[in-house]
Amino acid sequence: MNTPTMNSMQRTLTALGQKEPDQVPLFLLTTLHGAKELNLTIEDYFSRAEHVVEGQMRLRQKYRSDCLYAFFHASIETEAWGGTTIFLPDGPPLCGAPAIQRPQDIDTLQVPQVVTCAPLAKVLATIRALKQRVGDTVPIVGVAISPFSLPVMQMGFHAYLELIYEQPERFEKLMQANEAFTVAWANAQLEAGATAICYFDPVASSTIVPRELYQRTGMRVAQRTISQIKGPTATHLASGRGLGLAEDIMSTGTAVIGVSAQEDLAQWKQIAAGRINLLGNLNGVEMRRWTPQQAQDHVKTAIAKAARGGGFILGDNHGEIPWQVSEEVLLAIGDAVQRWGRYPLSWVADEHATEPA
Amino acid sequence: MDTLIKPFREALESLDRVQAESLFQRALGQHTPLEAVEQVVVPALEQIGTAWHEGSVALSQVYMSGRFCEALVDRVLPPSDPDRKHQPRSAIVVLSDYHDLGKRIVYSVMRASGFEIFDYGRMDVDALVERVMTDRLRVLLISVLILPSALKVKEVCAQLKARGADVKVVVGGAPFLFDDQLWNEVGADAMGQSASDAVAIVERWMGEMQ
Repeated sequence: MNTPTMNSMQRTLTALGQKEPDQVPLFLLTTLHGAKELNLTIEDYFSRAEHVVEGQMRLRQKYRSDCLYAFFHASIETEAWGGTTIFLPDGPPLCGAPAIQRPQDIDTLQVPQVVTCAPLAKVLATIRALKQRVGDTVPIVGVAISPFSLPVMQMGFHAYLELIYEQPERFEKLMQANEAFTVAWANAQLEAGATAICYFDPVASSTIVPRELYQRTGMRVAQRTISQIKGPTATHLASGRGLGLAEDIMSTGTAVIGVSAQEDLAQWKQIAAGRINLLGNLNGVEMRRWTPQQAQDHVKTAIAKAARGGGFILGDNHGEIPWQVSEEVLLAIGDAVQRWGRYPLSWVADEHATEPA
Repeated sequence: MDTLIKPFREALESLDRVQAESLFQRALGQHTPLEAVEQVVVPALEQIGTAWHEGSVALSQVYMSGRFCEALVDRVLPPSDPDRKHQPRSAIVVLSDYHDLGKRIVYSVMRASGFEIFDYGRMDVDALVERVMTDRLRVLLISVLILPSALKVKEVCAQLKARGADVKVVVGGAPFLFDDQLWNEVGADAMGQSASDAVAIVERWMGEMQ
């Protein structure tokens, strides 16, 4: 087995250049686990940038992830729009009541200023501090919810679906406001030191809207938005399916796609054909009850299906590891990457790998 | 009647309300309202549910179809209509979660299939158990989106069992779709992969409970 010769940034950039680095990059997207490391409640943990900086540094050290993840929680963006966050003791913080109570509220919607928004400033301070600690040796991943998916939190899921179908003009108005916000928010994170932006767009997935609707709406939004973000983006459908939209997603100019556990990485690899990089697709929900052996088997399968030739980052399928996933399993994933992820991956047969039992 | 199912389904999926309405009226011209619901609306929604599970139909289409059909069926079979299904006392709830799209979809599809069902909204474990006991429910449908909520179903089932409730629990939502052993682990009696699955499960239990 060869010894790793690259730092995390070199490893990631090499993989994203569709070449084989020293080993498969691992983006273990832990957020809530930082609270465990610091022995804090989730609410306390996210109350200060210092906590998240320390949490991320400890998590990376412990689990050998190749990135730092500056994601607090999705609802932090809706706080900028006047929304609130509900903290749970054992899960991701959730959005409180929607800031947009009625569709007509969209007509008078004001785009919040990123620089004057305290919750967002906390995230920017986190990114700056992480950048100070690691410089250019470790990728720092920022997060922006796509303008097309943000309304699920701004106005509630059912109200948003009704808006898309029944009030196309108001929908367009909301997209204009959200695009301005998302571009400013993503670029602020890049200026603070983020290496790339994870563009969370679950509504784009064919799990949520039909392709024809996405092509008329979310795809155009993504094309306009991503072209204005001054750094690389990774589009993440947060467990949603995307295979049927592969060409559409590639047309947005994104560099990476997060793959669902409900889809076959090998099929994605074939379709991507070097045109987009893959991130995924370990099942975070199942991970809660994996044994270390099962963790290793799933890591091996993912590597066998998608890692040859580069263009692949191993991660979970949702963009956040659930609180309930044990330290033992997370350590086993890191061990498995060390053992099975060293290029040239000579153990991988040319045939598709078999699924683990 | 079978010939109406496919075009009705296609009209629902493409949100062509005029066409869906016209096809439903054609069904009503030939049959009683209950027959029209059972032989056109229910099979079309079933097919849409199956197609969603297989990945060829999106959640937005399932939601909009269910909502449209619920209104359609309410018009011809008002909630008090004696033709509504004779059914076990049933309720649907979002457990300790703030995501209610799944519940709305299942509620609409259940009602569009002729069921009457309590909508408990969002509740936490203890309050839910009390309400189930008070209402003497026979069927409880629990919808969740996040994993911590899915795991709380275990507490609900354990408390209901401890209190001797004669109720069956069916669960649904993303965590159960991503881990097919989870529903069993939390002590539910069944898991619905789609809204129409929930209808089929309750129909099956109705037969067993008679």
